[in-house]
Amino acid sequence: MPPAPSRKERRRFPSFLRPMTTTSIAVEESPRIRTLLALADDALILGHRISEWTGHAPTLEEELAFANIALDLIGQARALYQATGQNEDELAYLRDPHRFRNALIAELPNGDFAFTIVRLFLVSVASDQFWRSAVQNDDPDIAAIAAKAQKETAYHVRHAADWLVRLGDGTAESHRRAQNALDALWPYTGDIVDRDAWLQAVAPVLARATLTQPAEGWMQPSGRDGRHTEHLGHLLAEMQILPRTYPGATW
Amino acid sequence: MYSQALNTRDTSTDSSPEAIRFQARIDDEQRIEPNDWMPEAYRRTLIRQISQHAHSEIVGMLPEGNWITRAPSLRRKAALLAKVQDEGGHGLYLYSAAETLGVAREDLEDQLLSGRAKYSSIFNYPTLSWADIGTIGWLVDGAAIMNQIPLCRCSYGPYARAMIRVCREESFHQRQGYEIVLTLCRGTTEQKAMAQDALDRWWWPCLMMFGPPDTDSLHSDTSMRWKIKRFSNDGLRQKFVDATVPQGHFLGLTFPDPELRFDETEGHWQFGAIDWDEFRAVLSGNGPCNRERLEARRKAHDDGAWVREAALAHAAKQRKTA
Ligand SMILES: [Fe+2]
Ligand SMILES: [Fe+2]
Repeated sequence: MPPAPSRKERRRFPSFLRPMTTTSIAVEESPRIRTLLALADDALILGHRISEWTGHAPTLEEELAFANIALDLIGQARALYQATGQNEDELAYLRDPHRFRNALIAELPNGDFAFTIVRLFLVSVASDQFWRSAVQNDDPDIAAIAAKAQKETAYHVRHAADWLVRLGDGTAESHRRAQNALDALWPYTGDIVDRDAWLQAVAPVLARATLTQPAEGWMQPSGRDGRHTEHLGHLLAEMQILPRTYPGATW
Repeated sequence: MYSQALNTRDTSTDSSPEAIRFQARIDDEQRIEPNDWMPEAYRRTLIRQISQHAHSEIVGMLPEGNWITRAPSLRRKAALLAKVQDEGGHGLYLYSAAETLGVAREDLEDQLLSGRAKYSSIFNYPTLSWADIGTIGWLVDGAAIMNQIPLCRCSYGPYARAMIRVCREESFHQRQGYEIVLTLCRGTTEQKAMAQDALDRWWWPCLMMFGPPDTDSLHSDTSMRWKIKRFSNDGLRQKFVDATVPQGHFLGLTFPDPELRFDETEGHWQFGAIDWDEFRAVLSGNGPCNRERLEARRKAHDDGAWVREAALAHAAKQRKTA
């Protein structure tokens, strides 16, 4: 954070004339920190999106389930930010959109329930595969986080898959909505690392849901380089408003 | 989050042997269970009270949910989300407790959405700053505890048991809310002003949460005799004021009541007149957020209709193939 104006400076300039400063921070990104930030930002941004359902979910049971999933993801994000050795809140609240390393799929607006479920499914299958292998990671911080995250993520996959099958194999309308969501989201899955393993896990659930797997065509860029959709700026503007408005305050 | 015990008109002309045995069990502090005989008025009163309580938990998710995406730190974000989730859980246990009395949750939800059922007036006020989140925890959950601790000994077993778990969580919310306000009051000038503004807006509506003054109940109170209710509205309100005023002073905040003063002889904090016109207006649908709250619930219900239909259709298909 930039230093607060000194007493002398304050005296010299009335507040409206004080030189402009920014509350934004930049992070020195070693490969390790970059990996941690990518994982943390995915979890935070998706968790934030899911938390937006609070009070608006289709059933009371689903309110509770979504809150659980959002809490898991926010918890994972916190552990990962902490593993960078930097302040978790500064990382979440004081980075500009182009410094976020999450995949684009996490930041897309929730859409309808089908969109939220299909996204959760596609992302959670990839996370599940990552966390299961990360239990053996050489980095002890990542291995420790993985031990907890893999259990949580296995539940997210189960929950999303159950709904996906219900929606795909439910009514004509729910099928249509689930297929639309799948078609819209598929191009955002281009940066999944082990795509073959991922496809192998995704395909049987899509089949049970009687959904058509989209063709492997054009894919959106990953977003991990900091080029995001138009939506992330709005999400962060809302999320970061208090720490940005009251620099240096403790909450 | 909140229950207000209802005053019931005295309909105690039933002198059947069952009715006499029923009252004797209550006088003996025994719990009434779902399959036990109970007067119809007892059943109706409980359904009304428990479902209003459930609706309050559910509608109460909206004002606090309003700040989940803007919580100022990750720790606060997680805590707020968990709190709002607890309130949803309270709604769920309470609907289940009401169902033991022979009503369906769907019918109770319909009553809420159609505007026939009531819920706590407090949730018709807006949450305008982060300090409101702390203040709601401190005052609204605090008032809920005052109301609900006696309900842990309510004569109806399933309600009393639900309240024990609910009260444990409400006291956690209350401490957490107070800690948010404390942090603001120890913070910057702007933060302290935020906390004072929140207290100014929430104090009187919180006092109204305990319901109309005792002088307004014209009928002898059957709810008391049935041990659904154990303290009068004014009694609980006074207890709340006595517990809360010193907490507010410790924070360095001022209550928006020039008449507030400690009465040495009575040992109570005396407070000014409550604006009951405002209370009646909010209760009858004319509070700042009544329409928005119901609209939000209806929208969630309507937007979710196709999802619930899909789940039913899928379950039916599964049964056919099973
Ligand atoms: Fe509650
Ligand atoms: Fe609560």
